[in-house]
Amino acid sequence: MENPYLPYPVRIDNIEIATEDKSLKTFKFVFLNPEDEKKFSYQAGQFAELSIPGVGEIPIGIASSPVEKGFVKFTVFRTGVVTSHLHNMKIGDIMGIRGPLGNWYPWDKLENKNVVIIGGGFAFTTLRSSIIYMLDPANRKKFKNIDVVYGARSPGMLLYREELYEWEKRDDINMHITVDGTNDPTWKYHKGFVPQIVEQNAPKADENTYAIICGPPIMIKFTQPALVALGYKEHQIIMSLENRMKCGIGMCGRCNIGKELVCKDGPVFTLEQLNKTPKEY
Amino acid sequence: MKFITIDKKNWAKGIEKSRETYRLFGPVKDKNGVFIRTLEKDMLPDMTINDSIMSVKSVLFPQTEKILFTTLDEAKEDHHIMKRVEFDSSPRAVVGIRPYDAKAIELVKMNFDTDDYRDPYWCDAYEATTFVGVGINKPGPFDFSTSAGTGPFSESGLDVLMADLDNAYLAKILTGKGEAFMKSCGFEKNTDEKESQALFDILRKEAEKNISSHIDTGKLKGKTVLELHEAPFWDDIAFACINCGTCTFVCPTCWCFDIQDETKQKSAGRFRNWDTCMSPLFTKHATGHNPRDSKTQRVRQRFMHKLKYFPDKYDKGIMCVGCGRCVKSCPVNIDIREVCKIMNSYEKNN
Repeated sequence: MENPYLPYPVRIDNIEIATEDKSLKTFKFVFLNPEDEKKFSYQAGQFAELSIPGVGEIPIGIASSPVEKGFVKFTVFRTGVVTSHLHNMKIGDIMGIRGPLGNWYPWDKLENKNVVIIGGGFAFTTLRSSIIYMLDPANRKKFKNIDVVYGARSPGMLLYREELYEWEKRDDINMHITVDGTNDPTWKYHKGFVPQIVEQNAPKADENTYAIICGPPIMIKFTQPALVALGYKEHQIIMSLENRMKCGIGMCGRCNIGKELVCKDGPVFTLEQLNKTPKEY
Repeated sequence: MKFITIDKKNWAKGIEKSRETYRLFGPVKDKNGVFIRTLEKDMLPDMTINDSIMSVKSVLFPQTEKILFTTLDEAKEDHHIMKRVEFDSSPRAVVGIRPYDAKAIELVKMNFDTDDYRDPYWCDAYEATTFVGVGINKPGPFDFSTSAGTGPFSESGLDVLMADLDNAYLAKILTGKGEAFMKSCGFEKNTDEKESQALFDILRKEAEKNISSHIDTGKLKGKTVLELHEAPFWDDIAFACINCGTCTFVCPTCWCFDIQDETKQKSAGRFRNWDTCMSPLFTKHATGHNPRDSKTQRVRQRFMHKLKYFPDKYDKGIMCVGCGRCVKSCPVNIDIREVCKIMNSYEKNN
């Protein structure tokens, strides 16, 4: 059996500044050994450990989509030792990736359902992966209506802006893009916080509608009542958690919420599951 | 089952002979107390003392272990590509392990050897190791092992269980690994199976009579995680705790670890170190948010993990073997037996 602590070696293929304040960058990695890409076969919603030898590892959601081949992408917020080091690395540098780790959004269960995706700030990475996956010509017919509510502080803080505006033009996905505020007179999308836009624009729930939420705790806290008001039941609200992690394989013991380990049993849980566990996240 | 008698006069010679095949570990007394150490040439395991300060877990799970390494020298072809540190897979034997520590290794195995992932460092060390136990004739006052799924003559997790008979050891061979170890010592004097087992039974019963403290875990399963988690007693339990982490380090079933990188000139190493849920850093996010920010939350995590989360997850009993080390070593006298009693007897008032 393989050593789950041993990262696949990768080369940084491209680095893009993702937000106007430069606190987020998107890194595109290519596997040094092509056979490793096959081993790194993932689903939208999973994460991986980005591994910088001599510096450390960080768990980051996979922003590229399983339908995109030849590379993997991660959008990383600069905040601690490893992410700051990563932000200073260059195209061509060698590092490692360990994964894919954790579970994923329940794609089997979501087939033939309406899916509402709700994201805020920079917690939009695995949601991007999910949208690309669902919009793929081979997959789009598996899902009914797709709605996306995505908000950030300002237009320049929205991730993947070009893709957002492309999706906005399509007729097989309903985009509800919002910013907390902007002075830009040409801004043609929503203004307001995510929970409010959800309440006004997200479809009412029937038994065939599921919501996936990913965002900062404050957004999640206020979005939940909005979804309840729209008729979503606990098992129809799917969330992705974050906790401090080291091993990523359910062994080192720190990311637990009750008996569930966020790294291995999660990061994706339904609200129904979370309501049975201590709120230690 | 095969039994062997070992005259104590031949003990040292036999142990010495086993070194041709095995690296030996065992309890050794020094000025700080009894610890599990590598037995260098001419060192014998101390078979007389019931409880070592630290458990046997470090033989499979060292306090600090280098797991990966690489070079950062870009002139080298494989720079920044991590590799596993070479593993010494030669046979090792722990001689003089107490039965509760062997049981603890069985419990820890559930964490490191799973259907999804196998921790190669722990599992390879486990596979290379033979556990030669010795029963505890006179359990100490902190021992509550009989009510924690093991006991002074428990066989689970052991390859050989020996009984100390003053002038001789009577060894019960439990596995092929155990048989091979005894053979390597030259201990091959078989004795009558029925008589030997009867002797073991007497010793076990006598030893168990000496155990005066017990825990009752019977009602824990029927309570929900949230019921216990939200119970009002945690502040009182945690009140005196100084979060020193001693309980977690001396515990044979605590396995939590941290992973850290270090560099020296152009070489980089990745290490894993024992960690403790008593430390605020254990769960602190990079943003500063900490899901277990308060002392009470951390103390609750430790007891909930041992007495509720683990039993719920695996259905193999509690994550405690009743060795009593945490009770004995705690500087503020927090006692898992008391906590267990409070948890087990808690009834939520509706």
